Amino acid sequence: MLRFIAIRLVQSAVLVLIVLTITFFLLHLAPGDPMARYFHPDISPETVQMIKERLGLDKPLIEQYFRWIGSFIRGDFGVSLAYNVPVRSLLADAIPNTLRLTIAALLLHIVIGVALGIVSAARRYSFFDRFSTVAALFIYSIPSFWLGLMLILLFSLKLGVLPSSHMQSIGAEQLSGIALFADRIRHLVLPAFVLGIASAASIARYMRGSMLDVLREDYIRTARAKGLPEGAVFLKHALKNAAIPIVTIIGLSLPFLLGGAVVVEKIFSWPGMGRLTVDAIYARDYPVVLAVNFVVAFMVISGNLLADIGYALLDPRITLTRRGAGR
Amino acid sequence: MKGINMETLLRIEDLETVFRSDDGEVKAVDGVSFEVGEGEMVGLVGESGCGKSVTALSIMRLIPDPPGRITGGVVRFGGRDLLSLSEKEMRKVRGNEISIVFQEPLSSLNPVFTCGEQVREAIALHQKLGRRASKEKAIEMLRLVRMPDPEKRYKSYPHQMSGGMRQRVMIAMALSCEPKLLIADEPSTALDVSVQAQIMELMLSLRESMEMAVLLITHDLAVVAQMVDRVIVMYAGVVVEEAPLGSLFERPAHPYTEGLLGSIPKLGSRVDRLPSIEGSVPDPLRLPPGCRFSDRCPKRFDRCTEAEPEMFTVSSGHRSRCWLLAESEGS
Repeated sequence: MLRFIAIRLVQSAVLVLIVLTITFFLLHLAPGDPMARYFHPDISPETVQMIKERLGLDKPLIEQYFRWIGSFIRGDFGVSLAYNVPVRSLLADAIPNTLRLTIAALLLHIVIGVALGIVSAARRYSFFDRFSTVAALFIYSIPSFWLGLMLILLFSLKLGVLPSSHMQSIGAEQLSGIALFADRIRHLVLPAFVLGIASAASIARYMRGSMLDVLREDYIRTARAKGLPEGAVFLKHALKNAAIPIVTIIGLSLPFLLGGAVVVEKIFSWPGMGRLTVDAIYARDYPVVLAVNFVVAFMVISGNLLADIGYALLDPRITLTRRGAGR
Repeated sequence: MKGINMETLLRIEDLETVFRSDDGEVKAVDGVSFEVGEGEMVGLVGESGCGKSVTALSIMRLIPDPPGRITGGVVRFGGRDLLSLSEKEMRKVRGNEISIVFQEPLSSLNPVFTCGEQVREAIALHQKLGRRASKEKAIEMLRLVRMPDPEKRYKSYPHQMSGGMRQRVMIAMALSCEPKLLIADEPSTALDVSVQAQIMELMLSLRESMEMAVLLITHDLAVVAQMVDRVIVMYAGVVVEEAPLGSLFERPAHPYTEGLLGSIPKLGSRVDRLPSIEGSVPDPLRLPPGCRFSDRCPKRFDRCTEAEPEMFTVSSGHRSRCWLLAESEGS
């Protein structure tokens, strides 16, 4: 197991390096320039040139790449061109916020998706099953920015029960522990729901299919032949088997959650990495974009590693000792 | 054959099980009746698709619905009709009073639980034992089925075992609550030949010591010959012949049984080709008119395609569904 994790970490490091290299050159291929913000009647071209030289942006691209990757490996993410503060401190603020949102969405999508999938499989072809099939397809097809705006319209503007943006109310720092927690949860509900519900719909479909496959297996008949009640047949014998492919799907859904967070954070003014990324891309803030990319790549790869470990824990036939095992 | 005064344990009357398919309803079991006495060992024989496994699953009420359904008949067991029990009452019968061992031990065991746990579960369920007591009993059961190193094997997963060991686990599971009837559905078919004999020998000795009845389902008359008291032969959803073992082998009364017996190789005789039954099992949706075996029967005559024969008595305990017997009976 440990050997497996070590091998995977080395593989991951190589992968991250490749991702970063591609991002670096793609970013410079894109039109636009971080200097655009200095094009102003009051700033002379000489000054702009001076700033450019100071930032090293006048050097050949390949030299910029090696200078940047060298400092990156040493853990120096550089300074934001737009905010003029270390990228590290920007990330330190944004990462926990994004994690809070994505973990809430992840939990929501696992719990709702798995529960709906099990019930649909148990009541196959019932009204509930047909309804949830249509509802899942519907929800899956809704763009999250539209759903987010509609929910804000309904719950914040019409009903006034949930806040429309930010992580907490103004002045919430003065609240006591529990009240502060409740305030933050209230702010979390809408964005986490919008972010998680589409994947919940897809997990529910996968879970239903996986359960129905497993319920056809001979060992389910054996479990019934023992005299086990249906509840135990479902939640013990079928669920553990059906969950094995779902773990992989959850691992694979992580990039979509993090990608979705970009849109959702923008809509709900959530001060996370998504918003930071969007703003940085508009400003051609190269160091920030690259650092965010690194963090996202890291999270996705860790998620997949966790999924592989979860896979091995659920399925005793898989041992994580050989290279590439767990797939 | 066991004593004649043997009490009836299981009596099936006119059992009918249908499966719905796109082409129509298929009667997989079409009016099957037979008995199994207490402690008796009965063989249920027939080609694949003849309805023998469906009969077994119908007794346990484990027919997957949809597409299958038991549409008629009575399964009398210990004074009750199993078909009219509630699902909850039926669960107390399954694995407790009637157990079943399936053909494929690998697919019949849950891959993500240890073998010991799967045996323990049945014990805990029916004997209301706690975790520790049920585990001890489960290890005891593994020892009883001659599992090597039962304490260690308790913690093994099915994929870590050989086919023979897996089938021993299935048997341990089935026998853990000392059932009155064990249904063994081709228990050795999926195993290596040498292991087949071990498993059969194990079942024979356990049946002796536990005094339970066994309904052994197989397509292989040779397996039956070594073990059972009585044989029931099924063809296309109906019982075609029923006889004590000796009587069946000496005087088979149905041409289908004769065909089955003819295809068993005999020691010491040299033949280039074993005789086989012409044709193949009829499509259940397109059964031949009259006797279901008529299209393959070498002894067919006019009457066979006109009406389906009933069961005629050949001798005590020996009955057969063939018009030839009506001729001899009538004369």
